[in-house]
Parts: sequence; structure tokens; C-alpha cells
Amino acid sequence: MKVLLKKSDYEKILAYARSERPDEACGLIAGKDLDDGITREVRKVYMLTNIDHTNEHFSMDPKEQLAAVKDMRANGFMPLGNWHSHPETPARPSEEDIRLSFDSRASYLILSLRVDERPEINSYHVVHCRDVAKEQLVLVD
Amino acid sequence: MTITVGGEKKEVKDGITISELIEQEKVETPEYVSVSVNEEFAQRDTFDTTHLKDGDVVEAAADAIYK
Repeated sequence: MKVLLKKSDYEKILAYARSERPDEACGLIAGKDLDDGITREVRKVYMLTNIDHTNEHFSMDPKEQLAAVKDMRANGFMPLGNWHSHPETPARPSEEDIRLSFDSRASYLILSLRVDERPEINSYHVVHCRDVAKEQLVLVD
Repeated sequence: MTITVGGEKKEVKDGITISELIEQEKVETPEYVSVSVNEEFAQRDTFDTTHLKDGDVVEAAADAIYK
């Protein structure tokens, strides 16, 4: 799967993730799957509260999740997956990330702030909470 | 009776509970689903005892993809 993410949305994620340090930050992504069957376009990103407030894992605020779902539907978007930050570790799924990646259709974006001046973001999909594959994430204007 | 689930009208049995609805909707990760009824957030420990009424509007979110 190729995931298209607007640079402006990436900047929003980055700014929010930096503001939430030392905790992990998290949110949702919504948009559309394109007709080619291999590309999905992120049209909106949502910044949610990590109610765990730790740098090791995250749980999204359920009320904010519900509000985001409503907003997606109002905008005609479908949920595409989620994103979260790794303040101190690389932009790849932790064992817990993999174990809790229940939806093989979802794209899971991970932003690493390990090197502050060189943030890194990757997208993954996970099958059966076990098999991880990196997706092609493209930042677009 | 008719309720709205995730923006779609659905026919369900009278007095269905939130737990029964989650089961009926085949949510893949029921232990992680969040639910609101008529804009009111439903606490997880009320899922078994909350009986829905005709016309209720239910919103649900689970993990990344929402049923």
C-alpha cells in the first residue's frame, strides 16, 4: 500500500508530537482509498489525547475517538488508521504496537523524535497482530 | 425497533443492550470499543445493562477501523 500524506498534515503531527513530549502522542488518520487499489490518501489527521500519559505506550481518549469518527463521516472520509509518536525510539513498531494492531486494513504511522532535528515517520500494516510490513509513505504538497 | 449505528439505520430487537449490539455487529475487538448513545459517552461497565431504545443514535469506535 502507498500512503499519501500532505506535508502540512505531517507538520501538524510533528508539532503536536513535539508538544506532547516526553509522552507519546497519538491520533487518527482519515481519507480515501484510491481506485488503483494500492494507494490511500490521507485527507485529515486528528490529534488525540494519550490518556496513558507515558513515553512507552498510548491509549486514545475514547470520547475524542468518537468525535473524530463522527467528523470523518461528516466529511465523507473513511478511517484509514492511526498515528503515534516514539519520543525516544525508532520509527518502527514496538512489540506492544504489533500485538495491539488489530486491523490488517489499517495503516499505522509511527513518528520518531529520537533525533530531534531529524524526525522520521514510517507507515506499517500488521496482519494477525504479528506480521509487519512497511508501507510506502509519500509526503505530498 | 430502529436505531442508528455509525450513521446507518438498523433494525434490532427491542431492548437490545450495548453488549448485544457489539456482538451482533461482529466488532473484531469488542474489548477496545468505545460507544456513545445519543451523544452521551457510555462507560464500559454499563454495556451489559444499558438497553437501547427505538430511535437511539449509537456511535462506536474500535482501534483504527470503525464498524
